[in-house]
Amino acid sequence: MKRFAPYLLILPGGLWLVIFLVVPMVFMASVSTQEGDVVNGFVQTFNFSVYGDALVQYQTQFLRSAGYGLVATVISIAMAYPVAYWIAFKGGARKSTYLLLVLLPFFVSFVLRTVSWKFLLADDGILLSPMKSMGLVPDDFHVLQTTTAVIGGLVYNYLPFMILPIYVALERVDPRVVEAAQDLYAAKRSAFTKVVLPLSLPGVFAGVLMTFVPMTADYVNAGILGGPQNTMIGNIIQTKYLVNNDYPTAAALSFTLMAVMLIGIFAYAKALGTENVLEAAAR
Amino acid sequence: MTETQAGIEAAAAASGSSNVPAIELDGVVKEYLSQGEAVRAVKGVTMSITEGEFFSLLGPSGCGKTTTMRMIAGFEDPTQGKVWLHGQDVTDVPPNKRDVNMVFQSYALFPHMNVWENVAFGLRRKKVAADEIKRRVGEILEIVDLTGREKRRPREMSGGQQQRVALARALVNNPRALLLDEPLGALDLKLRQAMQIELKRIQREVGITFVYVTHDQSEALTMSDRIAVMNDGQVDQLASPREIYERPATPFVAGFIGTSNLLSGTVDRITSGFAVLKLGGEDRVLVAGETHRAGDPIAVTVRPEKIRISTEEPTGDVSVVRGTVFEVVYLGLYNSYAVSLADGAEVTVFQQNAVDSTSTAERGDAVWLSWQPQHSYAIGS
Repeated sequence: MKRFAPYLLILPGGLWLVIFLVVPMVFMASVSTQEGDVVNGFVQTFNFSVYGDALVQYQTQFLRSAGYGLVATVISIAMAYPVAYWIAFKGGARKSTYLLLVLLPFFVSFVLRTVSWKFLLADDGILLSPMKSMGLVPDDFHVLQTTTAVIGGLVYNYLPFMILPIYVALERVDPRVVEAAQDLYAAKRSAFTKVVLPLSLPGVFAGVLMTFVPMTADYVNAGILGGPQNTMIGNIIQTKYLVNNDYPTAAALSFTLMAVMLIGIFAYAKALGTENVLEAAAR
Repeated sequence: MTETQAGIEAAAAASGSSNVPAIELDGVVKEYLSQGEAVRAVKGVTMSITEGEFFSLLGPSGCGKTTTMRMIAGFEDPTQGKVWLHGQDVTDVPPNKRDVNMVFQSYALFPHMNVWENVAFGLRRKKVAADEIKRRVGEILEIVDLTGREKRRPREMSGGQQQRVALARALVNNPRALLLDEPLGALDLKLRQAMQIELKRIQREVGITFVYVTHDQSEALTMSDRIAVMNDGQVDQLASPREIYERPATPFVAGFIGTSNLLSGTVDRITSGFAVLKLGGEDRVLVAGETHRAGDPIAVTVRPEKIRISTEEPTGDVSVVRGTVFEVVYLGLYNSYAVSLADGAEVTVFQQNAVDSTSTAERGDAVWLSWQPQHSYAIGS
């Protein structure tokens, strides 16, 4: 009995994942190679060509999604790091209050917040119409339906997921180690680049994993804040499923996206694995 | 090693004169704001530490010794007063521009770097040439006996090894002074004793001024040339270990360093060479020196090992106190007797276990305690 006890611990979570992740994935994998339509039903024909066709047809959206994800991730790091640094080192006794503030947006639905941005930023909305009447911006100025709006929405929605892991990593940096660097002739700047930054890189690494993947697959921001020229792969999959009822193509696109992302993440982990990063930073 | 030593001598020569104290503190005060109230951690410390000296700051936790050291290192700005290093006012100089290095209490090694990189850190920041870094790091690792472990990460090493990495990381820079903040605190007793001897050897070998913060009085007595005993933000006494042990300046020092018996009374009369205190009954305490006057109330300390315990009345010009043994503890090297006096005071007596001696007194015995006048030390109260 004792020998099996450890396995009992993974049983609830394990079962949950098997039922709600593995089973649908196997099902979808099977759907992706079927042919037919909703009215007459789908038949398994092992039609693998759907993968090649979908990739060629929607490569623009794939590349755009990756590009948006990348840009939004870089902006997130640039914005999240100073915030996390400030909370970790200057937050004092109010650290948990500041962390709560970071998490506060989660108390309102993701979609609802994005929709309210759509209202706020509308061409004749409460922000832009007074600015236009005052002549601060030209009359044809608009924010919605632009790349900037989509990327801005992505950054806004996923920023806490970047702040938190970086904060956790910075919080663990022993202030005496920073003092030791200063004691050993490091100016404030090099104490940061040689000690604090490398020690916080695992947090940045985790933050990238937690934001890049969902941002790249996101369809809410492009759908609400973007225009036709901002369509991301998530929107295509959504449309294929819910509007066109083209299940095989939707499933194939989903799997392709997943495969590309996994390969990308593994390559990233291999190239920038924590140990390698630390080795490089020590020089 | 000779080259390191030559480097230090060259540095000493460059500073002009070896008469200039390595470190001087001049009326240094440190105040913290704690919940809106100013708390004085250091209340005016003035001291001068000589070049090449092994100097200890000794005191209980919260006495301000670590804050004092951190002001020397530059991590704390004094609220008042000045810090001088080798004749230069460094009060406003940041830590990275002070030529002193620190060994931190928890070592504070860089966890993302291996031993070699940790030790080379300071030299790299000072832009020392790569081949010289290589040579000096190799040399210092040899001194601390870590050759062959260059590639290890701190977390893969024992506490004693980490301690030596921390020491090497500071010493490799040939600092003008090395500051050590309770560096042996985390080690077990055996290793701590070995490291005490090791530290002393290294200090002799490199000839650098060591400033050593500790709350462990035996550690301070073993290693130091001079000790500053700190209490409540002030220096109570600054002297050699022997002086501090034999002639404590305040009741606090007497109590903090070793075991001490405190007896107080009024001077009854002055005879040739000593004052006589009456304690009641036949009891008398003789204090060497003629500076006291009859009627003066004074406190006297006497160390437990200076007192003789016997069941027969002693003779001669000695202090004599009667009491009852209420505890005998066998401690291997010596016996410890706890004796209660008529007025309720307690006196501790150590008696060495000589070749064939058995315990002189048993629990419940009425005994005479006696000691020479020069072992009664009158202290300011």
